[in-house]
Amino acid sequence: MNGSFTIPKFRLPGFIAEIGQKLPQWPHALALVAGLNAALKMKLLPESELALLEDKLFRVRILDTGGEASYTYRNGLFRPIFSPQREPDLAFAANLSAYLQLLTRQEDPDTLFFNRELEITGDTELGLIVKNMLDAVEWPSFAEKLPLFRH
Amino acid sequence: MTSLPDLVCPAGSLPALKAAVDNGADAVYLGFKNDTNARNFAGLNFDQKTMADGIRYAHAKGREVLLAINTFPQAGRVADWQKAVDAAVDQGVDAIILADIGLLDYARNKHPQQRLHLSVQGSATSYEAINFCQREFDIRRAVLPRVLTLAQVENVIKNTTVEIEVFGFGSLCVMNEGRCWLSSYACGESPNTVGACSPAKYVKWDKKPGAMETRLNGVLIDRFGDDEPAGYPTLCKGRFEVQGETYYALEEPTSLNVLSILPDILKIGVRAIKVEGRQRSPTYVTQVTRTLRAALDALRDGSDRFHVKPAWQAELAKVSEGSQATLGAYNRPWR
Repeated sequence: MNGSFTIPKFRLPGFIAEIGQKLPQWPHALALVAGLNAALKMKLLPESELALLEDKLFRVRILDTGGEASYTYRNGLFRPIFSPQREPDLAFAANLSAYLQLLTRQEDPDTLFFNRELEITGDTELGLIVKNMLDAVEWPSFAEKLPLFRH
Repeated sequence: MTSLPDLVCPAGSLPALKAAVDNGADAVYLGFKNDTNARNFAGLNFDQKTMADGIRYAHAKGREVLLAINTFPQAGRVADWQKAVDAAVDQGVDAIILADIGLLDYARNKHPQQRLHLSVQGSATSYEAINFCQREFDIRRAVLPRVLTLAQVENVIKNTTVEIEVFGFGSLCVMNEGRCWLSSYACGESPNTVGACSPAKYVKWDKKPGAMETRLNGVLIDRFGDDEPAGYPTLCKGRFEVQGETYYALEEPTSLNVLSILPDILKIGVRAIKVEGRQRSPTYVTQVTRTLRAALDALRDGSDRFHVKPAWQAELAKVSEGSQATLGAYNRPWR
């Protein structure tokens, strides 16, 4: 981090989550899955570990926006699940700031988890696979040029 | 100018390796994607290609790559560990860090030119043990278990020509290094057998109203209140009921942090300072490496003027397990 851009820890006001929960959730799932599939296409995710995600159900919940997205990985693609029929194999829940800090590699996932700012429930080994997979991604240099990714 | 100890940093992935190199590590240490190393976690570590990329990256910037083969060959599978040694030599790592005496013997005989280090898992705490490994296997360096006081480390250094590496930062465990089977008590697997302590497949986090319970293969290890920092469920760091009281019966989760005694470490002639945490993220590696680099560089200007900056401590405290730090055995008053 060179101090040029730092994401602070924040929590959006409670009414945002109340509104957010009433909004349709499918756009979140579509956006997330599109991003993951773009990463797949760019071969950023290691194939050996991807096989371990087959048919697993994932849920990402953003607590302070009320947003939620469920998806699975099947036959080489991430696919959105709009109305999950079962509990996810792995679920993440955190405020928006924690996700942003994670994505920009500003904060360590273990630190966020152990400080209770990131909640991970479900299959612990699957969680570890996903964490290590994301840690091993070498984000392309264009991402570093965006203000969000500069750190 | 005083010669500084090497800063040896962990790499569980290629981005972590690059983070270590970019933030001032003199050497990185890593492992293969299998149980020949003690951080054998899913998705972690290096295959042939990422290791070649990593070695190229580090060498281009004049840094060393050390490879840990620090578990013990299991019965009937000794050849797997020997193959790992051969593969490490083929990859062109600067040194192999070994714990098992049989494997040290194999490596020395098969690859006479290869630089070998004795792993902390080798559990050599005396200069006699270290000098034995030098005589028999020509080890260049030994990593000391985290059980010695600073005076004891100094005594070892005075009585050997083998380079001495000590731990500078990272999570502490019960430190029965190379001999801990505690994890096996709950789940039948431990670092020295399968390369992982309390493997994730046995770990369950159970969220209940007002509390989170964490279990290892069904054994309740701890229960955290909603605002209480959590920890990874290893038996040594659990809270158990003993004679009516519930507390950390074995040890409290904590991190080693030697910043305040860096001048002493420099003075007694330590050759390298190691950071724990190959299982941690590139972010952790960045934060810890740049902090220790800044501290070591400050020492270069003269240890008399060295003082620990609050910003360094704050940065390290953030990533400490249990959010607290200790000097561990280094400043223990008893022996």
